[in-house]
Amino acid sequence: MSTVGSKRITVTVNGEEVDYDVEARRLLVHFLRDDLDLTGTHVGCDTGNCGACSVLYNGQLVKSCMLLAIQADGATIETVESLSAEEELTPLQQAFSDHHALQCGYCTPGMLMSATALLRANDRPTEEQIRKAIQGNICRCTGYVNIVKAIQAASGQGVEG
Amino acid sequence: MTEVQEPLVVEETETKPGFVGTNVPRKEDKRLVQGQGVFFDDVKRHGMGYVHFVRSPYAHAKVVHVDVSKALELGGVFGTLTGDEVAILTDPFFELSTPPGAHIKDYALAVGRVRHVGDPVAAVVASSRELARDAAELVEVEYEPLPPLTDAEQALEDETLLHDDAGSNVVWSGVFDWGDWDGAKAEADKIVKIDRLHFDRFSSTPLECSGALVEYNRGTGQWTMYCNHQMPGIGAIWMAPALRTGLDKLRFVTQDIGGAFGNKICLHPQFVALCLLARKLNRPVQWTEWRTDQHTANAHGNERIFRDVEVAVKADGTLLGFSCRAIDDCGAFPRYEPLGCIIWAQVTPGCYRWRNIRVDFTQVCTNKSPVSPNRGYSRMQHLWLTERIIDIVANELGLDPVDVRKRNYVRAEDMPYETPNGCVYDSGDYARCLDIALELIGHEGLEAKRRDAESRGKLLGFGIGSTLDSGTNNFGQSTLLNPELQFSGNNEVATVKLDIFGEIVVTLGTVPQGQGHETTAAQVVADILGCSPDDVHVRAGHDSYWNSHAGFSGTYASQFAVTGLGAVKGATERLAEEIKRVAAGVFGAEPADIELAEGQARLAANPEAAIPFMGIGAIVNANNAILPEDVRDVTLNCRYVYVPPFQLPDKERKFGNLTLTYATQVHAALVEVDPETGVYDIVDYAAVDDCGKRIHPQIVEGQVHGATAQALGAATHEIFAYDEEGNLLTPNFYDYHVPHALDMPPMRNGYIESASPFTPLGAKGMGEGGGAAIHAICAALQDALRPRGNPLVWRSCNPYHQVWQYLQDGKRGVEVVDA
Repeated sequence: MSTVGSKRITVTVNGEEVDYDVEARRLLVHFLRDDLDLTGTHVGCDTGNCGACSVLYNGQLVKSCMLLAIQADGATIETVESLSAEEELTPLQQAFSDHHALQCGYCTPGMLMSATALLRANDRPTEEQIRKAIQGNICRCTGYVNIVKAIQAASGQGVEG
Repeated sequence: MTEVQEPLVVEETETKPGFVGTNVPRKEDKRLVQGQGVFFDDVKRHGMGYVHFVRSPYAHAKVVHVDVSKALELGGVFGTLTGDEVAILTDPFFELSTPPGAHIKDYALAVGRVRHVGDPVAAVVASSRELARDAAELVEVEYEPLPPLTDAEQALEDETLLHDDAGSNVVWSGVFDWGDWDGAKAEADKIVKIDRLHFDRFSSTPLECSGALVEYNRGTGQWTMYCNHQMPGIGAIWMAPALRTGLDKLRFVTQDIGGAFGNKICLHPQFVALCLLARKLNRPVQWTEWRTDQHTANAHGNERIFRDVEVAVKADGTLLGFSCRAIDDCGAFPRYEPLGCIIWAQVTPGCYRWRNIRVDFTQVCTNKSPVSPNRGYSRMQHLWLTERIIDIVANELGLDPVDVRKRNYVRAEDMPYETPNGCVYDSGDYARCLDIALELIGHEGLEAKRRDAESRGKLLGFGIGSTLDSGTNNFGQSTLLNPELQFSGNNEVATVKLDIFGEIVVTLGTVPQGQGHETTAAQVVADILGCSPDDVHVRAGHDSYWNSHAGFSGTYASQFAVTGLGAVKGATERLAEEIKRVAAGVFGAEPADIELAEGQARLAANPEAAIPFMGIGAIVNANNAILPEDVRDVTLNCRYVYVPPFQLPDKERKFGNLTLTYATQVHAALVEVDPETGVYDIVDYAAVDDCGKRIHPQIVEGQVHGATAQALGAATHEIFAYDEEGNLLTPNFYDYHVPHALDMPPMRNGYIESASPFTPLGAKGMGEGGGAAIHAICAALQDALRPRGNPLVWRSCNPYHQVWQYLQDGKRGVEVVDA
């Protein structure tokens, strides 16, 4: 009885072009996680509030649970897996580790993508700008204190104290 | 707008050389920042089916009929499970309570009746998440609604029963009476009476929802669960009898877990349904809880009402004791309960020296989500009571809350301190912590800040919260609820081995969810073996088949630094001794002549004579004929079970040592309230923590930040509110507002270290201590509102509209009488 249609889409994900038949109702986040096995992008809610699924869509920060996969047809997607190759961490990733900006690590991929979008647009953000940039990302472990510090440090400004 | 401050005060009692006590890089971080962690939902199997639960839209109803036939007709649907099947294939989960709670029947799916919105009545398995959801819509359930019970005090009347088998909505009740309450009243100058205090429902809502991928092996009858259960030892004890199988047939596997906070302890009903489906359908099945389902039907923190609170106090503010009735609302099923009816007694007197305490405790079922342990489990509710009492007494008698605390705190020189019910506070200096908190928040300038706020039309309020995080349970406390239970003590396991190529491999029994166990275990091992934490490979997560766990294994109740690291230390010391024996055998020396350093075993007197660990591993595993006969028993694979030094409690007196360690938290808050609207800001915040020896200060600080953030959420916004029909009004992150980055106040942190005399490393469990924030905000609001009618702050969660309500209601519910 399923009347769900599907569509073939072409998406560039982390620099690789992918052709895929997806159901029209498939969420982008499930396409990334279940179809492409890019499991770094996470799901923490059903309502677009938590930001664990944040990715870059044509360079713009989006919540991938709020888009259908078919809306990504022709688009360029960057996920957390694009940030660094196997060994070397980026300064942002290294700063998250140095400043203990992650505990369970579940929100971390989304946080990193939000911070990446921020730092590309503004390489000297103030603390308030950092907090605004990650206000769409929920973390239940850290109270955000060390996440803010890490983003400050990665922006090249260093951290006071 | 906000300012982040480094810790201003760190006082160390003793610094051990080595890696313990330093901020070594976390081993977990690299994979997690690269998106290469493995959470249960990342695990896939060929042909696996996705599970969706069909859930009750009613809070209370008879299930007349369940028809899955239309769902089964849908292409891509693999099968279903109903309550009728569950009733035939499984036994009810065992209950911990004495009657009436003992007679409650709790199954994996609703059998005959639903008892809360979200109660699962059937499960559907299909080839995709979306299809499973479609199919669930096709399951037809006929309900016959029953009156919903959403009020714990109404539930006590037993006019409507949730569980007919129990014959009462009461799960458990009992009176705890320590010291001489009547004598305290006679000795008192004043009795402060508080009509009602209400600790609201909330939960830590881990960002990763619950779930599992379950495989069934038909040949061996074994189930493997790739999951995020945080207490597999107890989970298996619940599940195996229900499934009519043995413990070893249930294999729990975890790697990375996206937070748990206690909310992933009571997953046995869902997991039993998954086990039945995997067996019935002969295929792997996968269930990922939806956020809405976690909020409606997983596990909330306990809601608790305190009635008829009476406090006996001398005119100078010396507290003699208190009595009250406590009514705990555990929702539709007890599950881990009634353990919360005794867990609070770990901190019976809070931080204070009053000796006469009487609590009449009753736990009831209502038509709300079941509860489970939630960060600060049961102690948080009770400590909120004791702290509210302190500030209400100070307010009513015109005393300074700082002075009342210092007058009544257990003193550093009293440690170890035996409480009226036989618990032993191991170490601490509460007054010193308070002084540091006051300094951090600028308490000396309080009156100037008050005037400044007034000039802007705001009311400034100052509040303190001082709490204890009791860690490492003595499970013997369960026998104070039910003398028939055969639980006592505690245990945790670690295995440390030296492999053939010199790898040091550590296996834990614990189930980490972000606490950095891989890192801190490596620190302990490295210090003992004389190597770097980088040389120590700590397996990620938990696997029952590693045979490195015991009955109480898991990560809960603030105990890893004691039980987990105690086991790691014990196992590593055994391995060190074996390495020394091998080296001594090769050199023809005595083990005492051997030292371990720089990844080698060598003669202390002649460091040139050295065997690298790789050589030791190779000799024992692959070249052992060269060894003398008397060292051939060496395995280089050392398992150690850490057992804390507990005694059985006295069931008659409800007396005994219920936990091993007590970490201290003293928090202080400044709020500014708009008296016209009730809107308020937390303008400054300080948190001082003392968890004994800190293995990894950065991890401790992270726990303090996070626990504080959760408690600030619970103090200001987070509430699982129900309407009269039993509908949850906050079933997602839209309506249930957890703190976001812009919600957090500036955070100032301070630390002291009062080493525990009772633990292997002087460390204490910590991480659940954020409850202090709830008290600090309540006290600060009370202080702010004093000039506007001096209302009683009687709820734990105080969103702006509640503050506005206090302003409308004025003072009620509290009185002082001469004794």
